[in-house]
Amino acid sequence: MRIVLTSHLRVNWIACEAHGMCAELLPERITLDDWGYPIIDERPIPAELEAHARRAVDACPTLALALERAQARRR
Amino acid sequence: MSGGPAPATLPRILAGVRSHAPMALAHHLELHGALPRFTRGRQSSALLDELQRSGLRGRGGAAFPTATKMAAVLAARGRATVVANGCEGEPASVKDRLLLERLPHLVIDGAVLAAQAVDAADVFITVDEHARSAAHAIHRALRERNDVPRGRLRVRLIAVPPGYLSGQETAVVNFLGGGPAKPTATPPPIFQRGVNRRPTLVNNVETLAHVALIARHGAGWFRELGSQTDPGSKLVTASGAVVNPGVFEIEAGAPVASLLNAAGGCTSQLRAFLLGGYAGTWVTAETGYELTLSSDALADVGASLGAGIVLALPSSACPVAEISSVAAWLSAQSAGQCGPCFNGLHAIATTLEQLRVGVGGPGALARISRWGALAAGRGSCAHPDGVVRFVRSAIDVFGPEFAEHSRRGPCPVCLRPRLLSTPFATPARAAA
Repeated sequence: MRIVLTSHLRVNWIACEAHGMCAELLPERITLDDWGYPIIDERPIPAELEAHARRAVDACPTLALALERAQARRR
Repeated sequence: MSGGPAPATLPRILAGVRSHAPMALAHHLELHGALPRFTRGRQSSALLDELQRSGLRGRGGAAFPTATKMAAVLAARGRATVVANGCEGEPASVKDRLLLERLPHLVIDGAVLAAQAVDAADVFITVDEHARSAAHAIHRALRERNDVPRGRLRVRLIAVPPGYLSGQETAVVNFLGGGPAKPTATPPPIFQRGVNRRPTLVNNVETLAHVALIARHGAGWFRELGSQTDPGSKLVTASGAVVNPGVFEIEAGAPVASLLNAAGGCTSQLRAFLLGGYAGTWVTAETGYELTLSSDALADVGASLGAGIVLALPSSACPVAEISSVAAWLSAQSAGQCGPCFNGLHAIATTLEQLRVGVGGPGALARISRWGALAAGRGSCAHPDGVVRFVRSAIDVFGPEFAEHSRRGPCPVCLRPRLLSTPFATPARAAA
């Protein structure tokens, strides 16, 4: 068994103002609801999407999107 | 534990409660004995151990293990703060107000013990600012006692603006720190960074009343009632179509039927029960009559007791009108901070009212279901989740009534006043 780091997207719903930049920059994981707020795919972000995810986080005008690292055990 | 054995009978918390006046300190001490003291260090960890063994869970709605929460606060860096939460924004519950008004010393005992358990310097007892008699009773009780303030421990009474979400724990913490009584984003969790950035323990006042008795009589005594997983007694507010609505202390896991008996029986034939309050779950009368009020039995039907709420809806009421008016009220109670909650609950409530008056169109229920999926789990607090649970279970239970309304529009009963209360006038919705 080894410990790997996985990345997940997390929205601060109070800060989010539905600018929608994140869905433009990371359509593989983020779509928008009826009112323009992000619907996040909960699956971990794979390595090939990591740079795009970070761009989406950096582009959020209200700093409402975060990329969080969590430890996961994998056999 | 001091205080010696007490019989495993009810009432425990409500022992000696009188209908018109708060229990005086002398009577309180005569009934329960002196408050045991747990000084810093080994003795306060003995109190935590006893609470751990008792299996006490929070009585504010979330049913989180009390000792686990206290241990997390104790382990966090910095001097802790305790909040004895008596805000009770839930319209179908009056048990916290009863405790504050009639048994203030039991609440204060529990708050002082909790402060000892987590080594806190400050205790805030929070009450709804409209609950004047509750505030008055706590204020008078604090003046009766010579054990608070003690050393560095300060106990203060704080009135919080009314609102369904004012008692939500991050909202209370935000208000005590000088902000509005609205939920805030977590993390950080309040057990690490709460009031004035200190580790903060927020306990419901009923939870603290149980702490006051467990500290005196021990975990074994507490567990003489209830089951292994759901021990002790609970306060339940029974309302709706019962002869004597009010607060009853029941054994955890008692049958719904015995609660109805305690409330003097039903006033008319029942259609359904609302379990757990306005963030709770509807079940049909047939299902409800057979239920026991244990967390396991309720979980089997997708329900929980929440803050201890059983509301009996009579067959004579119009469920569609009741659901529509409560949903509109809950939508207006949204703090308006999170988009999916603010927009989703408004869309759901508006469509429910269209359904009631028969202009929802054929896709109305499907739209509500879709918006429910968009709102639940997408807020900073659990408000949208609770509203969606309430509405979804209502649509399941009252399918025939909803179908009838969408075909024929408002029914004659719709024109009568509502049974489910929607108190404190709601502020006008701000523009989105």
